[in-house]
Amino acid sequence: MSVSKDDVRKVARLSRIAVPEERLDELAGELNGILGWIDQLNEVDVSGVEPMTSVVETKLPMREDVVTDGNIQDQVLANAPRTEDGFFVVPKSVE
Amino acid sequence: MTELTKLTLAEALDGLKAKTFSSREITQDFIQAIEGARVLNAYVVETPEKALAMADTADARIAKGEGGKLEGAPLGIKDLYCTKGVRTTACSGILGEFTPTYESTVTQNLWDAGAVMLGKLNMDEFAMGSSNETSHFGNVINPWRRTGDNQGLTPGGSSGGSASSVAANLCLAATASDTGGSIRQPAAFTGTVGIKPTYGRASRYGMVAFASSLDQAGPIAKTVEDSAILLDVMCSHDPKDSTSLNVDTPDWRGDVAKGVKGMRIGIPKEYRIDGLSDEMNALWDQGIAWLKAAGAEIVEISLPHTKYALPAYYIVAPAEASSNLARYDGMRYGARVSGDNLTETYEATRASGFGREVQRRLMIGTYVLSSGYYDAYYLRAQKVRTKILNDFVEAFEGCDAILTPTCPSPAFAFGEKSGDPVEMYLNDVFTVTANLAGLPGISVPAGLSSTGLPLGLQVIGKALDETACFRVGGELERAAGFVAKPEKWW
Repeated sequence: MSVSKDDVRKVARLSRIAVPEERLDELAGELNGILGWIDQLNEVDVSGVEPMTSVVETKLPMREDVVTDGNIQDQVLANAPRTEDGFFVVPKSVE
Repeated sequence: MTELTKLTLAEALDGLKAKTFSSREITQDFIQAIEGARVLNAYVVETPEKALAMADTADARIAKGEGGKLEGAPLGIKDLYCTKGVRTTACSGILGEFTPTYESTVTQNLWDAGAVMLGKLNMDEFAMGSSNETSHFGNVINPWRRTGDNQGLTPGGSSGGSASSVAANLCLAATASDTGGSIRQPAAFTGTVGIKPTYGRASRYGMVAFASSLDQAGPIAKTVEDSAILLDVMCSHDPKDSTSLNVDTPDWRGDVAKGVKGMRIGIPKEYRIDGLSDEMNALWDQGIAWLKAAGAEIVEISLPHTKYALPAYYIVAPAEASSNLARYDGMRYGARVSGDNLTETYEATRASGFGREVQRRLMIGTYVLSSGYYDAYYLRAQKVRTKILNDFVEAFEGCDAILTPTCPSPAFAFGEKSGDPVEMYLNDVFTVTANLAGLPGISVPAGLSSTGLPLGLQVIGKALDETACFRVGGELERAAGFVAKPEKWW
């Protein structure tokens, strides 16, 4: 499977990373190198094999459905690039 | 008095308890040592005032005959751990000046035990790297140099700051983290000891996430005993991490001196790879001989899917990273770069905030998870993981621990491997299997290369059997008598 320049453009968009046009070729080369190397996994017979979930068998823990943490608006907003009246301020978006 | 910064953690704890010196004294010595070693670039945030305040609190407790397991001991903290009120960025530009309002469980455990924080340690950006060359704050320099050569060497990665600071006596010991070898490889490159426990032993709460099914906390320290002391405090069951295991922590410190008599040590034939240097091969044989002489039985084992571990890792890790790092959108924290519309703001923020290696891995992760490819890549890789784990389970029917080299070769120079991503990734060929299978692994310095650089041996144990790692690691340490230290040039 080979990654084209168009594929890189698409993956960059899906990753929400702006990639300048002139870097697309270089990245296609790098991704092809890595993906080509990864393709050796196709040699492994995985029929009937379950995907791994954990090394030590455990059940996901359950707890009461109650608030354990909260009323920390100041802390939640402390690192925001912009806030106003206790809200995050984000760029205007009309779509 | 001896130079306090040169003490092991065990020695320092004894001295503090006996009031031979105070926490303030040893903390002050470390602060001075750190100031004098800035050329190594091991610390990205120094917290001298906080350290002295914590030291005074510890001294007060010691004076009253109280104190926890690490009372008064100055430690370095990898920048991956959220520390309340102290900037934490995982050495990425995208986190800007992010200052957590909460503490990671692992570091909270340390402070509850009386430890003193000296500062935050440099690392590869989001722990993605094997040479500490991807940090937003620049390279960490290895205090070790090749004999008769002044060329700067990498300390390995991603816990490069942790490894360099321990090797250069800039802290008694450090926290680190390991996703594909990020504790054990830098430990091997710097003549220090590093252990990654069984997945789930330590809480991941408050650790900046890279690949959640692989990430695990652990220490880098000067000796096997020191690593046992620190790991004991770092591990705990934590309801805030659903993958945290509710299991007891045995007396690992006591295991270090127990020896290996009667243990069966497995030697995986698939680890004799082409890229393994002659001297690393020889050191491995030496390690086998040491353990045999100490009463262990050596058995050849087979881990047939070893060659598929790295390719599987480079699907699973980027895939999980692409999901984890989706949170960095410049809206709620971190640096924001504005674009013409919302999507362009996201794209500009992430293009400017993430370094090249991170961008590359996020794109790989996005690609392998994209529509139509999930089964072919991620699902297949998770099945290969099961096969790798089954290899280990079968091997452990005939042995109690596995001995391997930690890395194929000693520390390399800057730029030497950064041209080809796949060549860089091969550094992790012996360490990554333990992450994929969730098993504990320790790296112990066991000898020097012909160029005068440290070489490490790795011991992999069964799930939850860190005891085996500490017993074998302790034996290797005693047999090797590794006392070499980097000559101080900084």
